[in-house]
Amino acid sequence: MDEIFGIPMPALMSQLLIGLVNGSFYAVLSLGLAVIFGLLNVINFAHGAFYMVGAFLAWMGMNYLGINYWVMLLASPLIVGVLGFAIERTMLRWLYKVDHIYGLLLTLGITLVVEGVFRAAYGVSGQPYAAPDGLSGAINLGFMMLPTYRAWVVAASLLVCIGTWYTIERTKLGAYLRAGTENPKLVEAFGVNVPVMVTLTYAFGVALAAFAGVLAAPVIQVSPLMGSNLIITVFAVVVIGGMGSIIGSILTGLGLGVIEGMTRVFYPELSATVVFILMAIVLLVRPSGLFGKEN
Amino acid sequence: MSKIALGFIALCGAIALPSVIYPVLLMKVMCFALFACSFNLLIGFTGLLSFGHAALFGASGYLAGYTSRELGIPIEGSIVLGVLTSSVLGFLMAGLAIRRKGIYFTMITLALAQMIYFVFLQAPFTGGEDGMQGIPRGKLFGVIDLSDDLVMYYVVLIIFALAFAFIARIVHSPFGHILRTVKENEPRAISLGYDADRYKLVAFVLSAALTGLAGATKAFVLGFETLVDVHWQMSGLVVLMTLVGGVGTLTGPIVGAIIILILENKLGEIGEFLAKLTRIEWLGALGESVTIVTGLTFIVCVLLFRRGVVGELNAFILNWRRSSTASSARKDVNAVQEPS
Amino acid sequence: MEKALEVVDLHAWYGESHILHGLNFAVNKGEVVTLLGRNGAGRTTTLRAIMGLTSSRKGSIKVGGIESVHMATHRIAHLGIGYCPEERGIFSGLTTQENLMLPPTLSRSHRGMSIDEIYDMFPNLLERRNSPGTRLSGGEQQMLAVARILRTGARVLLLDEISEGLAPVIVQALSRMIIRLKEKGYTILMVEQNFNFAAPLADRFYVVEHGEAIEHFTSSELQEKTSLLSELLGV
Repeated sequence: MDEIFGIPMPALMSQLLIGLVNGSFYAVLSLGLAVIFGLLNVINFAHGAFYMVGAFLAWMGMNYLGINYWVMLLASPLIVGVLGFAIERTMLRWLYKVDHIYGLLLTLGITLVVEGVFRAAYGVSGQPYAAPDGLSGAINLGFMMLPTYRAWVVAASLLVCIGTWYTIERTKLGAYLRAGTENPKLVEAFGVNVPVMVTLTYAFGVALAAFAGVLAAPVIQVSPLMGSNLIITVFAVVVIGGMGSIIGSILTGLGLGVIEGMTRVFYPELSATVVFILMAIVLLVRPSGLFGKEN
Repeated sequence: MSKIALGFIALCGAIALPSVIYPVLLMKVMCFALFACSFNLLIGFTGLLSFGHAALFGASGYLAGYTSRELGIPIEGSIVLGVLTSSVLGFLMAGLAIRRKGIYFTMITLALAQMIYFVFLQAPFTGGEDGMQGIPRGKLFGVIDLSDDLVMYYVVLIIFALAFAFIARIVHSPFGHILRTVKENEPRAISLGYDADRYKLVAFVLSAALTGLAGATKAFVLGFETLVDVHWQMSGLVVLMTLVGGVGTLTGPIVGAIIILILENKLGEIGEFLAKLTRIEWLGALGESVTIVTGLTFIVCVLLFRRGVVGELNAFILNWRRSSTASSARKDVNAVQEPS
Repeated sequence: MEKALEVVDLHAWYGESHILHGLNFAVNKGEVVTLLGRNGAGRTTTLRAIMGLTSSRKGSIKVGGIESVHMATHRIAHLGIGYCPEERGIFSGLTTQENLMLPPTLSRSHRGMSIDEIYDMFPNLLERRNSPGTRLSGGEQQMLAVARILRTGARVLLLDEISEGLAPVIVQALSRMIIRLKEKGYTILMVEQNFNFAAPLADRFYVVEHGEAIEHFTSSELQEKTSLLSELLGV
């Protein structure tokens, strides 16, 4: 079969892969959002901004200091994690006692500041970032050419997601997080330093976003606007999946990326809005989300 | 001084204002003030944070502009159509968003608004990135020529005053009281027999209608409509106006709108003034970074200034009244204890 | 006798609500003390205030002689207190064993019960160790809630209404458990509505009303006080 619905097979598979790549970003970002929301009860609007900062740090590392991709893949999330640590400690923690919307508004403010700074420094056009040598080129699979870097993005994202899932569901640290999500005061009464756990959770969540940013740098133009374009779609992904399960977030993210990719092939005019349309449908049919737990 | 007396003074001042300040700027302020007041109806009195109000604001403007420019419908009809558009969109948006509680509601309004943004981006009638130009004001009721900015100003002032009075009426009505009960203690409202979701829906549609009024009016004031008005940053801006002015106060959003618009339009001048005052060079470049200043304002307000200008003022007056009655009560106690 | 817990002039608030109005009482090492009183008197608030779980508090709370009223909750736990809340607080996202193993061991000097000792004392929990915590019956959840804090090495136990809503047979088992813990030297402060459960176990009683301790007597004085108690508590 060389063609499906008039689209040649290699083109279709190529779009499928792009959809998986975007889906990987959705999965990693919605995972970070869900982890932060679970413990802090805050929707981190700044998630998109940290994704962008992660990508920019990789670019800056290469451009100014000649640091390669692999180092930045580890360093960038670390730096952003420290940033997140500082933000939670100095600003976010004062808002836990008041209405949760203020957490959203604070992170919105942070987004505007961060994006504004980068926009002032670098304008709105994107900076190109080359994939590392080891991952450039493509593998011939017979029915299609598999761009190596894109395959790496999907693999690395899956690895990180599964690693996060394992840590949360199967380790003692994860048990603290799960218990803290349900009843943070009781966990504290057992002698666990919950405030520190909260800070580290926020730092970890935004580090995940930065990791996705570094992965994205060679694929998408590194621009100050790359985060805010993405974050609202990620919100829709989160509403569709519900934040009840990690596996759910991952599957929803990947699935929606693929659906979006396929829409781009068959109905390109709809591709920007298909995720939102699906969100509307899910809200009508299953309001708590595909994998959500009704509270 | 009673509130009505204050309102009357404000009205007189508003009538005299165009002699001092450029009427188009005043009209722009009123439109945004109305936008913020309608938004506040939702967040301040019903407890719902919508991040999608820009979609309603801009949609009304686009539609009113379209019917006026392309279909020749006079301004009063176009504005009504704009209001209808935003109301219907608001109804649909709320209908979907209400299915989830709390912060999910906000996310859904944001996502739905983003969808509307993309629709407007791609639809040919909006003019896309270029925007919709040349929206004619025409003659109000076929008689009053609105091309004179001063005449337009008084028309907009009447619209604004009536809409504000309407909002005040809603807030003080039994309906408004129920909304506040829903905001403060939803389970209690439900146990009292009120269908909280239905009340929220009605409040949202009212807010959407008034937002549409603001948006359509603004389209005629400025004569054009752009994607900026449907972008989520505009939703963020109206949140900021309400926050700075005072969530849950009637006049707060007006104050907030004035402050934020001054900030946006005069940031360059403010920056240069501050730079001269403090000798700090880079303050002069403040004008180029409206986004950063907006973000910082958000951060500072959320952390330190949640009650907003009017909220803080109200608290201050309340404290002052309390301490003055306490001290006069103390005097009375002393008087009683004096030996007769 | 050394005081395990000494509360002097304790005031506690939930937001604007002033619940405890200068509470005074003490628990000696190895004692079982029960707080009696009507609903809303402030007994649960007392336990929560000791753990630092109210929005604010004022006064003095000494744990083993150490002043704790300014400490953060997790530090207070590390002074050797185990808290068993009224809602039991079993985590639904964790299995029985995970619930059991969750609280960290508190001090080097006092080893908590080992996991084998715990399963010895509560064989039901061994059977259900891989089930989600909330799938257990009410009685088993109560056992789990107490077993949890025994593992930590806490020597002072705050137990809030542990007999509530449980079948008489389970309540008897809890009684036996408390006696065994007392024999092992644990100090226990109990809040109990069920007078028949608490009466034979406690060494001393305080009656709490409107956030103050208005009556105090030992177990030997219990007989003379029954009419007073029925007046105060409707018992």
